[in-house]
Amino acid sequence: MKTLLLGNEAVARGLYEAGCRFVSAYPGTPSTEITEAAAKYDELYAEWAPNEKVAAEAAIGASIGGARSFCAMKHVGLNVAADPLFTVSYTGVNGGLVLAVADDQGMHSSQNEQDSRHYAIAAKLPMLEPSDSAECLEFSKLAFDISEEYDTPVMLRTCTRVAHSQSIVELGSRVERELKPYAKAPSKYVMMPGNAKIRHPIVEERMQKLVRFAETSPINRIEMGDTSVGYVTAGICYQYLRECFPSASILKLGMVNPLPIELIRSFSEKVDKLIVVEELDPVIETQIRACGIKVDGGKDIFGYCGELSQNKILKALGMDTPSFADFGEPLPPRPPTLCPGCPHRGLFYTLGKMGVMVSGDIGCYTLGSLPPLSAMDTTVCMGASVSGLHGFNTVRGSESAKKSVAVIGDSTFIHSGITGLIDIVYNKGISTVIILDNSITGMTGHQDNPTTGKTLKGEPAPVVSLEKLCEAVGVRRVRVCDPYALGELRAAVEEELNAAEPSVIIARRPCILLPSAKISPALFVDPEKCKGCRQCMTIGCPAVSFSDKKASIDSTLCVGCELCTQMCKFDAILKKEVE
Amino acid sequence: MSETKGIMIVGVGGQGTLLASRILGHVLMRRGYDVKMSEVHGMSQRGGSVVTYVKFGEKVYSPLVDLGEADYILAFERLEAARWLSYLKEGGTLILNDRRINPMPVITGAMEYPSDIVEKISAKGARIISGDALSLAIEAGSAKAVNVVMIGILSVLSDFPENEWQEAIAACVKPKFLELNKKAFSLGREFALKILKS
Ligand SMILES: Cc1ncc(C[n+]2csc(CCOP(=O)(O)OP(=O)(O)O)c2C)c(N)n1
Repeated sequence: MKTLLLGNEAVARGLYEAGCRFVSAYPGTPSTEITEAAAKYDELYAEWAPNEKVAAEAAIGASIGGARSFCAMKHVGLNVAADPLFTVSYTGVNGGLVLAVADDQGMHSSQNEQDSRHYAIAAKLPMLEPSDSAECLEFSKLAFDISEEYDTPVMLRTCTRVAHSQSIVELGSRVERELKPYAKAPSKYVMMPGNAKIRHPIVEERMQKLVRFAETSPINRIEMGDTSVGYVTAGICYQYLRECFPSASILKLGMVNPLPIELIRSFSEKVDKLIVVEELDPVIETQIRACGIKVDGGKDIFGYCGELSQNKILKALGMDTPSFADFGEPLPPRPPTLCPGCPHRGLFYTLGKMGVMVSGDIGCYTLGSLPPLSAMDTTVCMGASVSGLHGFNTVRGSESAKKSVAVIGDSTFIHSGITGLIDIVYNKGISTVIILDNSITGMTGHQDNPTTGKTLKGEPAPVVSLEKLCEAVGVRRVRVCDPYALGELRAAVEEELNAAEPSVIIARRPCILLPSAKISPALFVDPEKCKGCRQCMTIGCPAVSFSDKKASIDSTLCVGCELCTQMCKFDAILKKEVE
Repeated sequence: MSETKGIMIVGVGGQGTLLASRILGHVLMRRGYDVKMSEVHGMSQRGGSVVTYVKFGEKVYSPLVDLGEADYILAFERLEAARWLSYLKEGGTLILNDRRINPMPVITGAMEYPSDIVEKISAKGARIISGDALSLAIEAGSAKAVNVVMIGILSVLSDFPENEWQEAIAACVKPKFLELNKKAFSLGREFALKILKS
């Protein structure tokens, strides 16, 4: 049967058909839907792990336990999982093991655009890169076969335009696979120096064998056409190139590590000029050049930053692109915003008013850094709010600790905030940490996490209590606040900032998009009472706007959270009369 | 250049643009076209500017519609129509839900919402079909059905039979909302037929 699937759904389908049994992941755009789609197959065990390192380790354990196993993450998640990655390369696998990583060229939803192909090279692992949904399905199945045949984990690299594009796939059926027997084999699975020294040469030999596989595998294919220029490319860039040049000669790499250098060499000899088309870093280009193959164009024309597209390729090559009409005026940008009724808004309003330094983190609440709230000083990576604040306050002294806070979401706190909090307590810091507990992993589209009481499959689960967790690591001052109650919230923050010991404030209220959130009738502005002071505009709510010297509230957007009501000194914002 | 067609659906995160593309994808696939659609999930869905690209033809390679390549743009909001105008092909058609949603820089007073967007776009020579899809959606029973009203308008401009669109809608919406969406689709069609006559 043929159907339209997202690249991510097609990867999940590949897992299903390949007889994979175990999936563990931490969400991250653009990889999240792989795991969500995998969870819909009853035959697959699928879970959300607290972070990518745990997910990868769980998948490694499941592989050693004899099952075809899988783990998915976004590119920065691979940094978190890098520690197990480099050593599982030495141990190899029992059941096939595939690790998918989704890059985000163009940074549609990410804090950097690192190129994960470097990891495959550094960890000495094979990496496949599909260019559409059909290949997502095909390559994820092939990845398991390679994994078992060569005793290696296999990496599957996608990107936003593959992960989040739908294209047509042909569905196959599942091949059930028996659990492989487990036999204790310390020389293979206990990586201490004596054993690892024996495994390293095996890894190098494996790489040589994989090169031979790459030289002959049909996933690296030459499509010969006009021989004046030959293009070497992989992944989504293949699609852009083919659209530009239907009859060009293209060497399309399905495997981006290791490279089939002899295949590339013979291709280069058949064409007059060789051009390498790849996004981000010159990973293919540098290796080709190092082997003495002449490259006539690459990063020098395409650059290192952002995504390519059909027109960008044509332009870089000095060719014509379609003409178009521009609107011709500078337009106001439309950045994402905290939703009307978002429980994070009240906290950022309060922190902004107090003028404290805010050590920030990653999640919906990062939007608190945008005007008019503008209440965030730093955002580096998940967890860095808490540990970063500890370093900041340690060098700047106890006065600094009275004027600074860390803000971190519930999911992010479990991911990697708790270790930072232990650092504060253990090293006698006095910093204040605010956990924005909206009972969900919001930014990535509502995934459950260990604090929400539900598993990925929707079953009830034990709840990790944030209060007890913080108390257990030695924080004595732990309190819970409602972020809608601005007065109370501000008093709590002031009190905890002045305490000469570490404190945690849990600002707790469910994400407004959750079914459990309380939605009240829309508020309205009484134009008679409104003095046009714009105070209600300072909370940055998309439902509140200002025209003709009066505020007004969009009834289709307002959820009645009454944050704006608390701003108004003239009682001009009212609830609907009850009929 | 290969003979593929491009449609873009642009709007504000949360306006339901993804359902519109799903219906469109369904129709196109049933017609035997090769289809690719590119969406952006994640960050921008929180009230930001959003875009979905739909490509179809005998064989589609790139899932993206690039500058000057869109045969149709379905814009769910006026400012977004202006923002993505440069993607419209010469001779392409812009279908606009003539509604204003202020972005944060306008709300905070840092920037002005551009005036006379529809007139300015027309002055650039673009063919524009503009209407109040929101009111039609509300008439059908829910403000959320704007996406299906827009699909109804597009369906009149395409040469695919009406029943194929109806089938796609039935396949893509929850049975509970089918009647509402059918109504929204018909209202969109009626509106477009009226405009095309005049
Ligand atoms: C290492 C890493 N993994 C995953 C992500 C993707 N990501 C960004 S924020 C976030 C979680 C946000 O959830 P939470 O902390 O609960 O805050 P909320 O969005 O609900 O406010 C995730 C998974 C990332 N940026 N970095």
